[in-house]
Amino acid sequence: MKYDTVKFKKQPKIIGSYSIVGPKEGQGNFREYFDYIMKNDFFGEKTFEKAERKMIETAITGAIQKAKLKVSDINILVAGDLLNQIISSSYAARAFDFPYLGVYGACSTMAESIAVASTLVDGGYFENIVCCTASHFSTAERQYRFPLELGNQRPPASQWTVTGAGSCVISQKGAGPRVTMATFGKVVDWGIVDVNNMGAAMAPAAMDTLLAHFENTKTTPDDYDLIVTGDLGKLGSEILIDLMEDKGIKLGLNYSDCGQMFFRRNQNTLCGGSGCGCCATVFNSYIMKKLQDGQYKRVLFLPTGALLSTTASQQGESVPGVCHAIVVEAYEM
Amino acid sequence: MKKNEERIKAYNKYVSAKVPKTKPWPTLFNSFWVGGVICLIGQGINDLILFLVPNISEQSAWAYTLIALIFIAAFLTGIGVYDKIGKFAGGGSIVPITGFSNSITSPSIEFKSEGIIYGICVKMFTIAGPVIVFGVISSALVGLIYYIIYLFI
Repeated sequence: MKYDTVKFKKQPKIIGSYSIVGPKEGQGNFREYFDYIMKNDFFGEKTFEKAERKMIETAITGAIQKAKLKVSDINILVAGDLLNQIISSSYAARAFDFPYLGVYGACSTMAESIAVASTLVDGGYFENIVCCTASHFSTAERQYRFPLELGNQRPPASQWTVTGAGSCVISQKGAGPRVTMATFGKVVDWGIVDVNNMGAAMAPAAMDTLLAHFENTKTTPDDYDLIVTGDLGKLGSEILIDLMEDKGIKLGLNYSDCGQMFFRRNQNTLCGGSGCGCCATVFNSYIMKKLQDGQYKRVLFLPTGALLSTTASQQGESVPGVCHAIVVEAYEM
Repeated sequence: MKKNEERIKAYNKYVSAKVPKTKPWPTLFNSFWVGGVICLIGQGINDLILFLVPNISEQSAWAYTLIALIFIAAFLTGIGVYDKIGKFAGGGSIVPITGFSNSITSPSIEFKSEGIIYGICVKMFTIAGPVIVFGVISSALVGLIYYIIYLFI
């Protein structure tokens, strides 16, 4: 047996989750599920970076509150974001009085942090762990692309970075959806050089993790109520369906992509949403709600991340992708 | 390793067939008419200057026209309108001098938060820098060619 899939014996619970999004995202398809919609992108701060940091702080506090815990009950924080040196998470962690573990999986950070946190909780070392991740359209644009006011056109394959933060509390005790399995992904690179086509760069990573997960757990796509990728977007999710079909596995109607679903058609986001915040906010609002209602019994959540940097891309490197998968099941008494 | 390269080739071929393409005709139409309108505005300003100030030389009227266009574009960038024009028109609003103005103003606004020296002054030319470099080099080259031709006439 290969060991990239972990089956959790104690099945850590997600006892609280919180999502916060920007105004544009607040008009998207999931608007009634979010906990808080900001009135503008600055969130009362002077710079967008500070706004992103404040979003993380708000999300962490919100998740702890919704879990009906006190800040002193939290043992450790696992967080990450898109900015260089993951400053938003690290600087936000200054505000809290618990240890901090920074993770970077680009847009896959939510699943990575939940997988790491669940492993730590399941091992019995910690009781309550907060996971958090965020992205901000304006900070990501200025780091990866062009200034906001530059009058250029976006290529048709590009995606829109979601302004949003999602956070959840993983705990040994309490009631909530259970994290039952996690598959840690390999870095996969199939040689896509176009940095505007992240969906195509990340789809092979999703395929790799998905295949490993099905093989290790002896499950098929029909065993899940929902198989959801993070931000492959419209193009990337079509590619993933094609790639899986080549391998003889058919992804049916229960497959979906957060980025593709996130925005409405008239919001001009081309291939859909992207960024850490995209799958983090959908997971911590919509998917959590449906799991708590019992509408979904078993969800396979596998966000993908493009591990690129502008320096590496300018040196002609292709875009590597990574994908971590977690299985979350509805709580049963 | 060879198998890997083949896979990369095959996958890239598959993706480039799958990727959505820009529709050329509507895009070209929009960029040409917006670009034309910008030029028309420029000509209008030029004619107005010549009409209002009859003694002005044509050369300096041109200079004032350019200054006016640069100011208008910078102003529109500042109030957040120029990027919307650019999104609609593409090359139509990048190629005229207004696009150049926008490419300097927009990083200046963006990096204001890093301070005047390290933010605005350093980042101001991140987009326009190559244009300036190639502008200077090509004008020097053209000047040289002009000089050599002039020697023989």
